[in-house]
Amino acid sequence: MLDDKDTNSQKGIDRFDVEAVNSAKVREPLYAARKKIFPKRAKGSFRRLKWILMFLTLAVYYITPWLKWDRGEYVTDQAVLIDLANRRFFFFWIEIWPQEFYYIAGLLVMAGIGLFLITSTVGRAWCGYTCPQTVWVDLFMAVERAIEGERNARIKLDAAPWSLSKIVKRISKHIVWLLVAISTGGAWVFYFADAPQLARDLVNFEAAPAAYITIAVLTAFTYIFGGFMREQVCTYMCPWPRIQAAMLDEHSATVTYNDWRGEPRNRHMKKAIAEGKIVGDCIECNACVVVCPMGIDIRDGNQLECITCALCIDACDDVMGKIGREKGLISYTTLNDYNDNVAVAVGDGDTYNPKNIRTKDGNFVSTLKHSNWKTIIRPRTILYAGVLAAIGFGMLYVLNTRDRLAVNLLHDRNPLFVLLSDGSVSNGFDVKILNMTPEPRTVTMSLEGLDGGTIRLAGHQSDPLETLTIEIDPDQVQPVRLYIHADPDDLLSVPQTFYVVVSDVDGSETATAKAIFEAPK
Amino acid sequence: MSDKREIDEITGTETTGHEWDGIKELNTPLPRWWLWTFYACIIWAVGYMIAMPAIPLINSFTPGILGYSSRASVDNDIVRAKEGQVEFFERISATELGEIIKDEELARFARAGGSAAFKLNCSQCHGSGAQGSLGYPNLNDDEWLWGGTVEEIFTTINHGVRYEADFDTRFSEMSAFGADDILTNEEIHSVAQYTAFLGGFEGGEKTTQGEELFLDNCSGCHAETGAGDIYLGAPALNNAIFQYAGSLETITAQIDTPQHGVMPAWSEKLDNVTVKQLAVYVHSLGGGQ
Repeated sequence: MLDDKDTNSQKGIDRFDVEAVNSAKVREPLYAARKKIFPKRAKGSFRRLKWILMFLTLAVYYITPWLKWDRGEYVTDQAVLIDLANRRFFFFWIEIWPQEFYYIAGLLVMAGIGLFLITSTVGRAWCGYTCPQTVWVDLFMAVERAIEGERNARIKLDAAPWSLSKIVKRISKHIVWLLVAISTGGAWVFYFADAPQLARDLVNFEAAPAAYITIAVLTAFTYIFGGFMREQVCTYMCPWPRIQAAMLDEHSATVTYNDWRGEPRNRHMKKAIAEGKIVGDCIECNACVVVCPMGIDIRDGNQLECITCALCIDACDDVMGKIGREKGLISYTTLNDYNDNVAVAVGDGDTYNPKNIRTKDGNFVSTLKHSNWKTIIRPRTILYAGVLAAIGFGMLYVLNTRDRLAVNLLHDRNPLFVLLSDGSVSNGFDVKILNMTPEPRTVTMSLEGLDGGTIRLAGHQSDPLETLTIEIDPDQVQPVRLYIHADPDDLLSVPQTFYVVVSDVDGSETATAKAIFEAPK
Repeated sequence: MSDKREIDEITGTETTGHEWDGIKELNTPLPRWWLWTFYACIIWAVGYMIAMPAIPLINSFTPGILGYSSRASVDNDIVRAKEGQVEFFERISATELGEIIKDEELARFARAGGSAAFKLNCSQCHGSGAQGSLGYPNLNDDEWLWGGTVEEIFTTINHGVRYEADFDTRFSEMSAFGADDILTNEEIHSVAQYTAFLGGFEGGEKTTQGEELFLDNCSGCHAETGAGDIYLGAPALNNAIFQYAGSLETITAQIDTPQHGVMPAWSEKLDNVTVKQLAVYVHSLGGGQ
């Protein structure tokens, strides 16, 4: 269309083929709207696995706060309870006090290494099967499919003008979504309080505002993330896809389109074969794309958006079965096996040739590699598993041998010591005895390394004693205010280090605290 | 920036034209919902500025239509805390001191209140830990000039010591044995030696003259054994605690020209409940009887 002379009436005037750099035709959009995804239901072994895992993970989430665990009459019988008010964490037979928070840190380290282990073996399995986001999106999609129908019906409904039936379907979908969201947010708060009591309070509108606010926030986020944001959360908000992808190596099995047997694609396979064309196994039915909850095409290769839910494997295997080809055009494959197979498929030529991978009778040649469970075992994964086990057993050991009786003491800062009329010296201490068992205990307190030292309880007119007997409530910190007396002539040095020893009278446990005795110099 | 539009082959997205070591930056459009959250934040910010105190002005600030103020919120908290204390104040007011220290809950409240009042009113002389200093008694020990029961401590705080404006104040005065020429220097030295002996200090010596002088001049108040007398505010001299330090020199100075401490009557300044709390607190410090 250079120099359009026909419409140019005046001679000598040129018309140029040029466009303003910022014209709407060339301008890239700054913001991209979300493209709607209408995934089709997949059927197959991975879909079945996902249903089972969804059932298990949701069951664990909803049921756990209602489990009971008998700890005796003094402490809660809720199996899992994060008691923020009293600063205790109960997990079945384990009770964690705030100063033992390093166990949680240890668990987080284990979770991190566990992620390394899983990702280096089977790729982003966390994303595909157990991540709350993908699990709840799966649930929301199941609700959507039950109410609005399968993919085509949903597309039609979406495009249809507003009608009574559309309104009814949409409203019922959102109501069910909201119910799921509320029960999700609602279940969360039961981990933080006595579940049956809180449930009663919640329905009677007597629960703490924090409970309602937590439920409201979690409900809102479940509803928005599960119903509307969906794959946007994974693609744009979540750091895991970026981090996890970096943990893959050439031995990691991940969802792969085996283009060495799929290419060249052809929609009309039989006709093409009859015509003598070279065709691969992919018939471009797009079944893999239509089932993808992320709306991507696995045939474009491993990509950031892929959560490796493996539904494309189910969809493709189904199609391969129908056209009489081997399953596994899309499969869990390692990069190493894939590369080797590519080399086989290319052979001496410069592009994929399906003839290279099949024998005359149509079977795969024996030089092809098929990834199997053996890829899991290799130095890297053994190392991860070893570290994981070491931390796990280490924590179990520490957990089983940890102290359940402890004593902390704080020397008075002012005055450091008090001279008494008989010439002896008194030092004041704030002592805290921690009984971390769910039983009341009787303990004795005595001094070690302070000759002639005696203990006197504050507020008691009793004589100083060498050994004090104290009752401690179950699962409590017992504060004790006391004075320790000693004759300055008996001291080996000023100040003198000594020890306060607290022992259970049944001899089961002893706790010791180091202390300093101050006296005039 | 390059002038030409360049499309990345793999993604089909336009590049920005920026390239580092062969890595090109893609001009990926932001998701639109991100823009909405951005707008939502702006709307929230505007709403927040209208609702809450926000814009500083020269002498004040925009108060916001909700009228929130962190200072008012603290005031409310204090008012509520004080309302919660009223019940305890009434109980302390109505309860005998001896009963208060037996009631664990009430005693704990009184100790806490007494501790606060002590820091405010008493720590200037007695020290923040009630450890005292030269001339100001240590309240942690077991020697009491005017008695160490909670009732006696209450009376001392209430009426003060040698505080002439209060008729019921604790009062006693030791004669200036040297300044008023009651004893000679030699006699003072002798009785000081005996006193140092009673307290067990260096330079103490039990002489017949010292003992006789002590019995003649001092035992009237300090008792024959030197045990002192709390009804006269006469300190015990037969123990390790000496108000003006225990040495021959300081004892001699004290006999020659005695120093006397003064404490105001706190009933003038503090209400009865506070004085009661102070008494419970001081009694709890370790030496209470």
